[in-house]
Amino acid sequence: MLNLTSVDWLIMLLYFVFVLGIGFALKRYMKTSKDFFQAGRALPAWICGLAFISANLGAQEVIGMGASGAKYGLETAHFYGIGAIPAMIFVGIFMMPFYYGSKARSVPEFLRMRFDEKTRALNACSFAVMTVFSSGISMYAMARLIQALHVFDGLFYTLGWPQQGIFTFSIVLSAIIVLAYIFLGGLTSAIYNEVLQFFLIIAGFLPLVLLGLKNIGGWSGLKASVPMAYMHEWKGVAHASTNPMGIEIIGLGMGLGFVLGSGYWCTDFLVIQTAMASKNMESARRVPLIAAVPKIFFPFLVILPGLLAIGLPTPHTKTVERNINGMIVRDTTVVPQNVEEGRGLVPAKINPVTGKPMYMADGQPLLDYDMATPNMLLHFFPTGILGLGLTALLASFMSGMAGNVTAFNTVFTYDLYQSYIHKGGSDRHYMAVGRWATVGGILLSIGTAYAAINFNNIMDTLQLVFSFVNAPLFATFLLGMFWKRATGHGAFAGLIAGTGAAMLHHGLTLPIEANPGIHGGWLTVVHHYPSDMAQNFWGAIFAFGTNFIVTVVVSLATKAKPESELVGLVHSLTPKPPRAHDVWWKSPEAFAIAVLLMAVALNIFFY
Amino acid sequence: MSLDLRIPMGMMFTLVGAILAAFGFATRGSAIYAASLGINANFWWGLVLLVFGLTMLQLGRRGQKRLASLPPEPVDETRSRLGH
Repeated sequence: MLNLTSVDWLIMLLYFVFVLGIGFALKRYMKTSKDFFQAGRALPAWICGLAFISANLGAQEVIGMGASGAKYGLETAHFYGIGAIPAMIFVGIFMMPFYYGSKARSVPEFLRMRFDEKTRALNACSFAVMTVFSSGISMYAMARLIQALHVFDGLFYTLGWPQQGIFTFSIVLSAIIVLAYIFLGGLTSAIYNEVLQFFLIIAGFLPLVLLGLKNIGGWSGLKASVPMAYMHEWKGVAHASTNPMGIEIIGLGMGLGFVLGSGYWCTDFLVIQTAMASKNMESARRVPLIAAVPKIFFPFLVILPGLLAIGLPTPHTKTVERNINGMIVRDTTVVPQNVEEGRGLVPAKINPVTGKPMYMADGQPLLDYDMATPNMLLHFFPTGILGLGLTALLASFMSGMAGNVTAFNTVFTYDLYQSYIHKGGSDRHYMAVGRWATVGGILLSIGTAYAAINFNNIMDTLQLVFSFVNAPLFATFLLGMFWKRATGHGAFAGLIAGTGAAMLHHGLTLPIEANPGIHGGWLTVVHHYPSDMAQNFWGAIFAFGTNFIVTVVVSLATKAKPESELVGLVHSLTPKPPRAHDVWWKSPEAFAIAVLLMAVALNIFFY
Repeated sequence: MSLDLRIPMGMMFTLVGAILAAFGFATRGSAIYAASLGINANFWWGLVLLVFGLTMLQLGRRGQKRLASLPPEPVDETRSRLGH
């Protein structure tokens, strides 16, 4: 099925050589723990900005957004327009002054400065666990995709290695590469490679979109080949029944925009660490804004391949008869059953036990949307550029892992090891701990990846647990930064209550057409949602609301920190950042307004 | 940080672009381009990447030259400007 030639391998190899080369080149600059964990706080804003979005451009993004584009159409772009961009602007303009200005070395450390030790410990522990599992999930997904695309089949055949080894080979290979470059160059190395990967994704996916659009007959051809609702981002969003995702405007705006999007982009150390690595306050504030500019255009790159995959004609087994000098030649292209049963280039899901396509309750084939983007690569790319496309895909998996691993080693070393295990060690000691935490984090990730083989549901379960922990977070930061009365006891109680509310909501509600269990309703079903997406968004709203109320109530009942301790941590007690620029249009605020206008224009275009 | 990312990045894209373009040129008219709608995707995209890589390399070199001719800049600009 997949025929890779030496050009493809050469390109892939070249990428690995450069990735490791950057790690080795950076090794000599790693003198203190600040160099290792915080990139010396000396990187230019554009590098941090591209790394800021690239840290999030992992497997879930590239494969998931393509899958979502195939499943829901352009409505997927809401994850960008509502979910990401306003939050990125908010974190740059309003929150970065506190993150960067507080001189905290990590997000949990900021929580200790603003609130207290226990809030920090709670956040540090849950964050450390989640990063390890996330990078394990990324690894597992990558190994599965490599298997599904038969990337290494030919190589293994030539070398005479057993085909069952491909899974392990993929995991070990990616683990060694990521480990090597982080071990050597720390956060700088991770950030540099994230930027490299950013450009690689564009290099690999832009020609794919262009070829796909040309094949389908341009924008108008795409419009003609997919259902109307797929081509509109906003039309039909007023009611759950009139848009493919089954979400109405309030759930979308509040749940995705205000809670989930902000919760991720404004509080997750995975992305915040890149902004905190920049060289000064002005740059740090500009980092998320710089990141927002390519983010506006990313739907074209990651969602469109999925939409194109659905719109293209489905391949069928056919025989072409040719007459060559009186000799009749029949060329038969055999298409597997699951591909014929699929829609466009999206195949039907295969039952791993029987090997037959799977069907939904109404007899329609169950589609394997995750294959939308990878199948587009295989369909359009000849050998050569195919190597580039696959390298881009691998790079996205690895940088997703790398971001998690650097966030883990920092939080582990500063917030757990230095705070609770071994205080007062030398700087060299903590740097060594950070390096070995990298090794430990990667080993734990490998363990997660293998656990995912044996327990079918582990991925869904983990994602679910993450959502319980993450959903209420934004309320804690919002109150912490903008309300000087918020206390440590309040924040701690609010976080616990918010997570509890998310779990309770999940236990009591169920999307229609789902069975109680992992999808919800494991206590009893009191409400049905039109889709799991709607359930997800509303769960986030409940978690956020509960955290907000509990934090306020408990804060009012407990004693606040003296105002002198909150300078630089709370908005009303912090002097405005000094203006380092001479003209108003160079300020981060003006930049933010320009980005916002661009995002609005694009949303109107896709109405 | 004295390693300018644009230099290794420029080198990588220059090499990848050159390889793709050369391979595309050698295989022009080949049946493999049926997949990419008859367009020699390797040759043209290789050229694009080559130009991108060389531009990055040039920018990186210029940046380093400028850095060498200037005194080292203070890391925290905002603090240095507080005195104004």
